[in-house]
Formats: sequence, C-alpha cells, structure tokens
Amino acid sequence: MDDFIMRAFLGGLGIALIAGPLGALVVWRRMAFFGDALSHSALLGVSLGFVLGINISLGIALVCLAVALLLVLLQDRVRLASDTLLGIFAHSTLSIGLVAITFMENVRIDLMAYLFGDILAVSAGDLLWIYGGGVVVLGTLTALWRPLLAVTIHEDLARVEGVPVERMRLAFVLLIAITIAAAMKIVGVLLITSLLIIPAATAHRFARTPEQMACIAALIGAAAVAAGLYASLYFDTPSGPSVVVAAATMFAVSAIWPRRAAA
Amino acid sequence: MPAEPAAPLIRAHGIDKTLGGRNVLSGIDIAVRPAEIVTVIGPNGAGKTTLLRILLGLLRPDRGTVERAPGLRIGYMPQRLVIDDLLPLTVRRFVELGRAGPGTTIRAALDEVKAGHVIDQPVQALSGGEMRRVLLARALLRDPQLLVLDEPVQGVDVVGQGDLFRLILAIRERRGCGVLMVSHDLHLVMAATDTVLCLNGHVCCTGRPEAVSRHPEYIALFGAREADALALYTHHHDHVHDAAGHVVHAHDHEHHLRDAAGGKRHG
Repeated sequence: MDDFIMRAFLGGLGIALIAGPLGALVVWRRMAFFGDALSHSALLGVSLGFVLGINISLGIALVCLAVALLLVLLQDRVRLASDTLLGIFAHSTLSIGLVAITFMENVRIDLMAYLFGDILAVSAGDLLWIYGGGVVVLGTLTALWRPLLAVTIHEDLARVEGVPVERMRLAFVLLIAITIAAAMKIVGVLLITSLLIIPAATAHRFARTPEQMACIAALIGAAAVAAGLYASLYFDTPSGPSVVVAAATMFAVSAIWPRRAAA
Repeated sequence: MPAEPAAPLIRAHGIDKTLGGRNVLSGIDIAVRPAEIVTVIGPNGAGKTTLLRILLGLLRPDRGTVERAPGLRIGYMPQRLVIDDLLPLTVRRFVELGRAGPGTTIRAALDEVKAGHVIDQPVQALSGGEMRRVLLARALLRDPQLLVLDEPVQGVDVVGQGDLFRLILAIRERRGCGVLMVSHDLHLVMAATDTVLCLNGHVCCTGRPEAVSRHPEYIALFGAREADALALYTHHHDHVHDAAGHVVHAHDHEHHLRDAAGGKRHG
C-alpha cells in the first residue's frame, strides 16, 4: 500500500476513535450546534496560523478555544436564544475566516481542502497531531468520564454532589477544540460535527450503557472512515464527504435495523 | 420530633437577592434542624426555588449569610430532570452516579423508596412518580443529614402524592434527617410538615402549619377557601388542636374534607 494511503487510513482511524466517545457526550448534551459553531471558526484558526507563522493545528485549537470561551460567557449574559447565538457565531466566524484568507496574497492555499478535508494530503506531522491529541483527549475523557456524565445528566444535581461543574464544562470544550484541530485535515471545517454526531447516533441502537455507546461509536466511526476512504480512492470523490456519506449510510441502516426484544 | 431544639443543620440569615432587576428575595431567615421538616410554600414567582438554590450554594445571595453544619451531607432532589433519549442509562447506573463512597447499596436505596422493581429499566421509561422515587434513592445513597426536595410531587397524580409524602415522613422517622421542601401544593404538604415558611418575596409568616394557615397574610395570599380547607384538614389529622369554629361556615363538613384530602387545586 502506498505511504500516503497508509497515512490517510491511520489519520482517519485516529480521528474516528477520538470522535466516537466525545461525540456521544456531544449528542447527550445536545451540543451538536455548539460543535458546528466551533468548527466553523476553525478557518479563522487557519488564517491565524498563517499570520503568526505558527502550526496551523495549533492556530485552530487556539481560535476554537477562544470562541468556545466567548460563547460560554455570552450564553450567560446575552438574552438571545442559544441556537440564535450559535448560528451567528458559526456563520460569522466562517465568513471572517474566508475573508481573512483572501487578504493574504502571498499565501496560496486550497480552500476546498480546508472546507471539506483532504485526507490524502495527511503528513507525518499531521499524524503526530492526531495521535498526540488523541491520547490527550481519550486520556482526559477516561479520567473525567464519571463527572462528565453526571454533569451531562443534571448540572445542579452534580454540583450539589460535589462535582466541579465549571471545570468539567471547560475541560469538555477544550477537548472539542483539540478534536476539531486534529480532525480538520481529514473531513474539513464544514463536516467535522458529522463525525462527532453520526457515529454516536448510530451506536445508540446497539448500546445498553453509556460506555458501550461511546466504544461502539468509535468502531462505527472507524468503519465509516475506512469505507469512505476506500470509496474516495476508487471513485476519486472528495475524502471528507465520502466518509460522511459512509457514516450516514450506516446510520440509515441502523435506524431500520430491527430492535432487540425489549428486556 | 426532638424535645429541645438542636443546632440547625443549615441556617440562612437576612438573604437578599435581585434577579433580572427584580427583587426576588428580601430579608429571608430560615433554618432547618435535625429531624425537622420545613416546607417553603408560596405562589409562582415567590422566590421559592431561588431561596433553595441559595441554600444549596448554587446561587450567591446579594446580601445575607448561609451557615451549614460542618461537613453537612446534603441529598438533593431537583424539580426537573430531562435525560436525552439517546443516553442509554439504567436506573441502577443513574443512582450509582450519585454515590459518594461506600455505604448503602443501590438496591437497598431503591427498596427504601419502594422502587426496587425499576432497577434495570431505562430512566427514560419511568413514570413521574417512579422518577421522583429514583431521585430520592439517589439522594439517600449519600446518607444525607439534610434532604432538599424541590417540588417533590411535581408531575405525580393525587394518590401518588399522598404516597410520596408518607414516604418522606417515613424516611425522616427512620433516618432522623432534616428535610427542606419547596412546594406550591398546599394541602398534603401542610399535613406532612413541622414548620411552614410562607414566602412571597419576603417571609409572610412562619410557624406550625395550623398557625400559618390562620395568618392573615397567608389567607390574603391563598384565599379564604384554601385556608379553610387546610385548617380543617390539619384539624382532621391532629385532634390536639381546637377546631376553631370559624373554619366551617357555609359549606358542609363532608364536602370540605373531601376537598382537602383530595389535594384539589383551586387556582
């Protein structure tokens, strides 16, 4: 197998393994739109990376984190429906990112690759980011799983029971920011959220516990990456959308899958 | 009931709170002692839940102090709990998430609230009454010295409400824990409490239920008909206190009793 294909598979696999468990939490917390707003701001991170001459992934992680903190602050203070606020953020940060990139005349970049992913251009450095970030994300998720679950179910109840709720929320947002930075090369800004929520929503049908759902989501994501990438190579389709189509197909199949007899 | 008042588990003094430019609470004093049931009643928007959140430490008062007994263990039952349908969670697991350390088993906690039969069901499949019991079990798992219950019978039918109050009374007897409840449902609550605090931004009146129910501010707040039915109800259950002839006038006795015991709401 060619090196670049090997790297593509490894990269996609790494992202799927992170996105499964994290995506389960995103689904349970009903934060899909929040993830969307964050990932759309990733393009601004790309611009920042170029302007400051720092690693692009680092730029994305920084911008996502800044936007996440701003959103959390604003949600407590602004009297706007949360989805309105998120919608404003998602589209304005994406637009600012697009405008900023066109101002940088000495930089020639493939915008399509950033918007929809270019998995076949995954470099060894990207793999390092994905697996380094993956270890951090999965390690943190494992360590904080129980309090994160408690906060997901009821924040006040968790707080009375002694869970440091604010720190958990911050940690969760940080994990999403890292994941977006790592996943952008694979599926692109516009499709990252689908890798978080589609495998998790698919896994729900086959899971009996939260942990099962997180693990099955990781496996389903990995299968979607493999199938999508194979299709991308075979039919010469864009890699990000191909992976998402594969995931969506699995979701559709799971939705009509006969349910096990109720206990 | 303790013969002499013990030191309070929790005590708040002079609590003021403004929310969204509105003065929600002013000058509130409240205390809960071991084995005492204190119920906060009041109309919607009276600041009941705000007061509870301040006592729980979820909200900071603008003015005033909250003192807790050192190392106080609180079991909390929130008013609403919505769990996403996509979260596969059994009752066993839900209750277990509240565990603080070794102690009561999950099975024992659920049995204590007579909800042992739902242990393996998904939380989303529970009825309103079952969910309240499961929440109570999770609170009990922490071996609480103080139970804080926000609208403990919300979404429960009339028969279930009586059962739940009896359960809360039984838990107090068995464990000797203090109970702080919030409710807008008058009749059954008043029968199952030692101290009532009638709240409407400020403390209208406080004391034993039968005294509060004859207080002019209470009657002004809930109407004479409510007050009548209630006074009669407490009389019906506690023959030590005199009937206070003015309670029964236009309506016949039987009718009043049915009204009160049924916990019917009159607006």
